[in-house]
Amino acid sequence: MHEVSICAAAVRAAVAKAEEMGGRRIAVLRLRIGALAGVVPEALDFAYPVVCRGTLAEGSRLELEHVPVRCLCEPCGKEFSPQGAVYACPSCGVPSARIVSGRELELAQIELE
Amino acid sequence: MEDRLIVDFAQAVLAENDRMAAALRAEFDRRGLFCVNVLSSPGAGKTALLERTLADLAGQIPTGVLVGDLATDHDAARLRGKGARVVQVTTDGYCHLEANMVRAGLDALGLDGLRLLIVENVGNLVCPASHDLGEHARVVLFSVTEGEDKPLKYPTLFKTADLVLVSKIDLAEAVEFRREEALAAVYGVAPQAEVLEVSAKTGSGLEHWYAWLRERLQPRV
Ligand SMILES: Nc1nc2c(ncn2[C@@H]2O[C@H](COP(=O)(O)OP(=O)(O)O)[C@@H](O)[C@H]2O)c(=O)[nH]1
Ligand SMILES: [Mg+2]
Ligand SMILES: [Zn+2]
Repeated sequence: MHEVSICAAAVRAAVAKAEEMGGRRIAVLRLRIGALAGVVPEALDFAYPVVCRGTLAEGSRLELEHVPVRCLCEPCGKEFSPQGAVYACPSCGVPSARIVSGRELELAQIELE
Repeated sequence: MEDRLIVDFAQAVLAENDRMAAALRAEFDRRGLFCVNVLSSPGAGKTALLERTLADLAGQIPTGVLVGDLATDHDAARLRGKGARVVQVTTDGYCHLEANMVRAGLDALGLDGLRLLIVENVGNLVCPASHDLGEHARVVLFSVTEGEDKPLKYPTLFKTADLVLVSKIDLAEAVEFRREEALAAVYGVAPQAEVLEVSAKTGSGLEHWYAWLRERLQPRV
């Protein structure tokens, strides 16, 4: 359950910004989560209100933007969206280790009241 | 609603951890030290592999070990007295190591004179994947008793591996381990990784593991 520490890190950064902006309350916090980020969205939802308690983010809404995996097949020189755990190129069948996107774990945006 | 203020970030949530990990890696490079992060499910044989490795490499490669554990120092106790410096990092219930815990552990360990630093992560195939500890390479173990499809079940971590060790190979026959199926799963999920089959018990395959480590040692500074 490292989602608690991930939520806490995101809320910490968001609250620091909100304080900088004159202590306005946070209404929405948006995270961008890659399918390969190693986090479970449900666990984030669960942890979020707990780590917000007693901060400028208390009562705010968490919104997740999911980023699918894209890889590059080097032999074919083409990008593709893999299906399943083996990232086999749909043209040549060779599994790819070149992950172009899908590892994102980013604080994207906040809305201040 | 009208006066809501939108602030864009686009920053890594784990930016603090990433920064500290990068600083650790820079320090390892400055000291000519190769650092490896060892990961697996609980019980796959990390500590047994390291016990044997420390004993076999004693007097050859000055080595330090940081052992992450939820609460106990049993693993560190198993690794002491084999010629390496060993420090236990208790994570107090955290399911993975973070760069700041490694930093604190290193202050206790001391890096002077070391050429190899091994970090035994907390037994977990999920959470450690997202936390850079400043290592140069990741080694992921899975034992023949865990099932041939382990890489297919935990692709996120296996996709970050530089080396996959199929451990407890001495038990392969007893558990009717389907070797081809397991190697195909590793190759499919982690084509970037090298794969070695080892036994900490009989020593089978360990010469290749040691060669892998030696090839990666940095020139003495
Ligand atoms: N037969 C056999 N047993 C092993 C081997 N490596 C580890 N074990 C056993 O597996 C159990 C868990 O090993 P341990 O090193 O503590 O795993 P860790 O949790 O990954 O550190 C112990 O009972 C070990 O004796 C091996 O190569 N062969
Ligand atoms: Mg252990
Ligand atoms: Zn292809």
